[in-house]
Amino acid sequence: MGLLSSRMSITRYQAAGQLDGSVHETVYQGLKQHAIPKIEDDGSEATVGWTSFETPYAPDFEGYSFVFGGYMVFSLRIDKKSIPPKLIQKHYALYAAKRLADTGRHYLSGNEKKSIKDHVVNTLVHRIPATPNVYDLVWEYETASLWFFSNLKAANEALETLFIKSFNLHLIRLFPYTAADRMAGLADKERDILRDIGTSRPEE
Amino acid sequence: MLDIAVAYSRYKFLGNEFLTWLWFMIETDQGRLRKYDTDLVSLTVGNRLVLENTRSNAKETVTIKGDNASMEEGLLAISKGAAVTEIHLAYKTGAQTWEFSLKGESLNISNLKLPETGPVETPDDIEGVVLEKIYLIEKVIGIVNNLFTHFIHLRLSNTWDNQTVSRIRKWASSK
Repeated sequence: MGLLSSRMSITRYQAAGQLDGSVHETVYQGLKQHAIPKIEDDGSEATVGWTSFETPYAPDFEGYSFVFGGYMVFSLRIDKKSIPPKLIQKHYALYAAKRLADTGRHYLSGNEKKSIKDHVVNTLVHRIPATPNVYDLVWEYETASLWFFSNLKAANEALETLFIKSFNLHLIRLFPYTAADRMAGLADKERDILRDIGTSRPEE
Repeated sequence: MLDIAVAYSRYKFLGNEFLTWLWFMIETDQGRLRKYDTDLVSLTVGNRLVLENTRSNAKETVTIKGDNASMEEGLLAISKGAAVTEIHLAYKTGAQTWEFSLKGESLNISNLKLPETGPVETPDDIEGVVLEKIYLIEKVIGIVNNLFTHFIHLRLSNTWDNQTVSRIRKWASSK
């Protein structure tokens, strides 16, 4: 789901800190350096990188194409290879049977079973294409506000990791405590109360 | 600043209390909500409400679904000490309507449906549509921030314990 979807999910963040130098140039360099590779890495199960909002399968950030008015709009892409368990089971069974026939034995040791499974997974990873998942984001640098168009835990964690690597800025997720602490303009006294506050229930 | 993971778990009750208060406000004081957001024509509970009672170390969940579902079970759950953990809302301003779900523990927005925007027919249309969508999303994020800010100031004041908790209790048990 993304910015142009008919239904969307949004996780809100604040980007903590300032970029050095020109904002657009610094972001452009970060995006380019950590863009999703155009050529698939056959051996890895997942690849994470930035891509362009308008052309997610051909990343292109030239001419600051990620700038829309006062916002920067680009996407996180996670290309993941998912091997169906039944496929692993099938290839494992075939390979194990062949090993038993070759050696003339009736059973395999635990280590052999593990090594066959690793070999099967490794072989299949090279043969199966990765499925791309694209998650848009909107970043308003002036207000440090960032919206990420997914509530999935793994996608949000990948975003937080890649963002600091690319722009050297921490993303702070806005949930009840951080929204109260950073967005509500609390006085010192309120902040003290917030620190020690406990649950209250209407019937208490 | 607390460790983020600790803060998330420690304060998720605050998000659930926010949604419980919001449901109470929607049902009892639309006028005040309109003061908080001057564009607001109405804010109503949509087709889903989830409540959770974690008292006595046993988790009990009540889910109310459907466009014309009765909320009595939800009120009963509130009167027994449950809190709203997820709410589906319809936000109207003038001729436009937004629909979205809000989760208490994360304040995440999901299933957001914006008012109709212009179609993307050529690549030149994209920038206009993107900016229009951003404007519409800002409206919904604005009202969530605005309501949460009012809630948190109330929650951290004496008024919460002295008045609001008993008003919510009275509302829940009066239906």
